[in-house]
Amino acid sequence: MPNKGDFWEVNCYNNSLMYSHHTKQKSLACLALLFFHVLLQAQSPENDFLRSTGKIYSVVAGIVIVFAGLAIYLWRLDRKLTKLEKHINDEHETS
Amino acid sequence: MEGFTDEPGVDLVKPEGIRFPYRSILNETIRNTFFHVALWMAMFSLYLVGLYHAILYLRTSRKDHDLWSEAYNKAGILFGIMGIATGSLWARYTWGSWWTNDIKLNMATIAMFIYFGYVILRSSFTDEEKKARVSAVFSIFAFVALIPLVFVIPRLTDSLHPGNGGNPALGGEDLDHTLRLFFYPSIIALFLIGCWLAQLKFRLLKLSDRVLKNR
Repeated sequence: MPNKGDFWEVNCYNNSLMYSHHTKQKSLACLALLFFHVLLQAQSPENDFLRSTGKIYSVVAGIVIVFAGLAIYLWRLDRKLTKLEKHINDEHETS
Repeated sequence: MEGFTDEPGVDLVKPEGIRFPYRSILNETIRNTFFHVALWMAMFSLYLVGLYHAILYLRTSRKDHDLWSEAYNKAGILFGIMGIATGSLWARYTWGSWWTNDIKLNMATIAMFIYFGYVILRSSFTDEEKKARVSAVFSIFAFVALIPLVFVIPRLTDSLHPGNGGNPALGGEDLDHTLRLFFYPSIIALFLIGCWLAQLKFRLLKLSDRVLKNR
């Protein structure tokens, strides 16, 4: 069974790959494949991280989805409101 | 199907006080009842309010009701998307696949697409009054389609969902009382969050409507 550290470390590596330089792209892509492979392998056995302690972390992940959904909705609302505010301010300046 | 027992699995903690029932493959994910299931209930309530305002718009032709209807339906769509996402994740760790051919999943997806059609329909009109009237009618149609898709068809066949298959009115033992204690407040809380989102949306729509009219 892979421990908690492995799971998060792999995720960290993948995130850092996104900001990589163009020159090293090829070798990093190979590395990414390798890490994805590790990540997928970590998910296949019965006892991965989300399945540990009675699968409670899959509930936690569900809560994260709900929070993310609400946050994205509010963020988009905020952006629309900002656009409207800008529009109103522009009207004031021209008139 | 096994019933509830108090027998926890080997890796489950058994704290003092409130204990959740243990059920074979669900394990601790039985708590998803408070999030995934409550999301669908809240979504249904939000669509119901959207329907109410759609009917009021057709009766009174007041622009506000159209905007309220849009705001509530869009909040309902958000809750539906979150319901699908949480359900898919849960299915991955319970049934072993992100998506199964379970009747409830497919029918809920059809219902979702009907409401996506509502959003697309709204954005395809230039005439404000025609847009309001047609989308109010479509809103009624979508809600009427939602009831058989979510509440009738899945009950005619068996479903993978826990506590499903057959008439739930006769399945009073399906939900343990310790779950009800959190399940009902969770529905109310999510519905109120949805109302708040809808209200914010309504205010934005109304404000932008006024600004664009003054142009």
